[in-house]
Amino acid sequence: MARFIERHPAWALIVIIAVAVLAWLVFAIWPPGLEAAIGRKRVFLNAVLNGITLGGLYFLVASGFTLIFGLMRNVNLAHGSLYLFGGYVGYAISSWTGSWLLSFIIAFIAVALVGVILQLVVFRRMEGQDLRQTMVTIGLSIVFADLMLWVFGGDFYQIQTPSWLIGPIQLPLLTAIKSSGEPVYLQYPLVRLVIFAASVVIGIAMWLALNRTRIGMIVRAGVDDRDILAATGVRIQLVFVLVFALGAGLAGIAGVVGGTFQSLSPGEDTRFLLASLVVVIVGGMGSIPGAALGAVIIGLAEQLGSVYIPTYAIVVTFLIMVLVLALRPQGLLARR
Amino acid sequence: MLKGSLGLIALSSLLLSGTAFAQEKIKVGVTATLEGTYTVLGEDGMRGFQTALNVLGKKIGDKELEFVVASTDATPDSAVRAVRKLIEQDKVQILLSPLSGDEGIAVKNFAKTHPELTFVNAASGAQETTYVDPAPNFFRYNMDGAQWQVGLGKYAYETKGYRKIATVGEDYSFIYTQVFGLVLEFCGAGGQVTNRQWVPLGTKDFASVIAALPDDVDAIYLGLGGADAVNFLNQYQQAGGKAHLMGGSIMIDQTILSSKGNAKNALIGTIAASGQADTWEDPGWQKFVKAYQDAFPPAKRFPSPSLLATNYYGSTMALILALRQVNGDLSNNQAKLKDALAKIEIDAPNGKIKLDSNRQAIGTNFVTEVVDDGKGALFSKVVKVIPNVNQTLGYDPAVFAKIGLPSRTVPECKKY
Repeated sequence: MARFIERHPAWALIVIIAVAVLAWLVFAIWPPGLEAAIGRKRVFLNAVLNGITLGGLYFLVASGFTLIFGLMRNVNLAHGSLYLFGGYVGYAISSWTGSWLLSFIIAFIAVALVGVILQLVVFRRMEGQDLRQTMVTIGLSIVFADLMLWVFGGDFYQIQTPSWLIGPIQLPLLTAIKSSGEPVYLQYPLVRLVIFAASVVIGIAMWLALNRTRIGMIVRAGVDDRDILAATGVRIQLVFVLVFALGAGLAGIAGVVGGTFQSLSPGEDTRFLLASLVVVIVGGMGSIPGAALGAVIIGLAEQLGSVYIPTYAIVVTFLIMVLVLALRPQGLLARR
Repeated sequence: MLKGSLGLIALSSLLLSGTAFAQEKIKVGVTATLEGTYTVLGEDGMRGFQTALNVLGKKIGDKELEFVVASTDATPDSAVRAVRKLIEQDKVQILLSPLSGDEGIAVKNFAKTHPELTFVNAASGAQETTYVDPAPNFFRYNMDGAQWQVGLGKYAYETKGYRKIATVGEDYSFIYTQVFGLVLEFCGAGGQVTNRQWVPLGTKDFASVIAALPDDVDAIYLGLGGADAVNFLNQYQQAGGKAHLMGGSIMIDQTILSSKGNAKNALIGTIAASGQADTWEDPGWQKFVKAYQDAFPPAKRFPSPSLLATNYYGSTMALILALRQVNGDLSNNQAKLKDALAKIEIDAPNGKIKLDSNRQAIGTNFVTEVVDDGKGALFSKVVKVIPNVNQTLGYDPAVFAKIGLPSRTVPECKKY
């Protein structure tokens, strides 16, 4: 931190001012002039919170994607299909048993198993052949999409939110003061907060597992140099299978999350594949903190865009990607 | 010996029937949105189409209809691609296409490049398609989005007492047309439309849109369809929304009312207007509902046909009846068929339909209210039936032309 300030004093100043302005926007009561210029504070706060919580969902999808890429240099373009499959499994389980939490566990296991099969049957046979893997995963994603369309049809499914999570809660954030002097606090959907908290927990757990455990050490060593790691006697194929299972399982969990606060239908697979590609390109291929940062940036850009510049909202995301590719092609948080 | 001759007879009868089937075919290309946000709408459209074939049959005199289906995703380029493929590769002679608003405008323009073929609109409802520079070989037997809103504005103002409303709609031509019809009538009656929000087709996260809904209005009008509508309702419920709602024609429709989950319950009591009402007593409608229900097992259909099924049914019916009138004669660039299509009046399930000089339907409209049937299924109940709705909505054509074409900001909220 101190080193960053020393090396880039101008940037540091800009960042500090931006943070201060943001903090003021979030906590202060907006003067009427500002409300007239850019709309009510409630709308702004909601958009910011929505962006961050949507970022949580994007992070869940993209972290698995980036993990698999980081270790195996394998661009799994069937990742979106894993997301959608997880969602459908979650829907089936939650409508069958009525348990929302159970649907997460089963979706994780089922999709992780698909990941294991993919690694054993497909990727192991074409290790190191990027182009072949890419073509095969595109083909697989089309096959999966049609299989799921066959089984689940074109209908849209929604996973039932458990009753204790339905409805809004009051956050200790002031949005306005009524003329009677009574403060108005922000109402926000509880389920989004819970899901965001869960993705933060998962993110931290992944970071800890990668940086503080022996398995994590092996995985990191594998990211740096697979061949040397294999030469030291580590059963690298087993590590690959484990990482693939974990990455796929995370996509499965994300599918349940997405099915709960959005909906599942054919086409969602490519949408989330695209989202995770953008997130990972912005954050840096192979970096977990990068995926987190990229996810929040893209989530915020989508939501603030949809409120303040609705016509161009779709462009904003890709504009960010283009800027990052132009100025820092390896991604914001990637190592060179 | 006996066995052998029996086999010979069987074989020869098979061959004979084979020659009987080898008759002339009329090839018809059909498109529906079987991908993307409007998948469910496309699927039910195809059910309506199938129901029409079950009821009317595929025979045209001594010829038989053959259908080729292509899928689109509600974007204009996907529709043109599908239609082009049907014409160039499958060599279809007649098109039954498309389903969605923007697709309709694109296919109408494309129809001009093939003046020798006949295009029957399947279900699309943008005003521009037949109002601006219509194609002489493009026929539309369903009303447009504005016609489908006739009656709603007055009912909201006079009976429900709503004075100020805001609208949320998908950002494309059909919803512009729907909001056009609503605003014209509601503001004409004295109401105010304070805010019009537009969201891209295929929006998944509506949380910010919901947060930006104004509080100081009597009702919020929703012009959404397919997956967008379900997502909106789900997130609206999670955000604890409680405003009065009003619905567009594909919002208050079986595609949404029979979606899974309980978010749709927010719609109970919502008023809407559309080219049909689920509980209409009319015997023709009831017969159609029965034919639809009999054609598919309950798990593979909605409890009652959606607006898309009804439109596809009506369009298919018009095409088959017109073809029968001319006995399948497609000579001279299908001139006889086009003539018959322009003149035909059909007894569609949702009321009598005839075409105006732009080959646009004049038909019946319905104001409805969503009710729970007591078993958890939602239906739209008839409140008012308005016959003979034309494209200029009863306005003098000169006055109507001054209002402008439906867009994000047109029409202004005033009395024209």
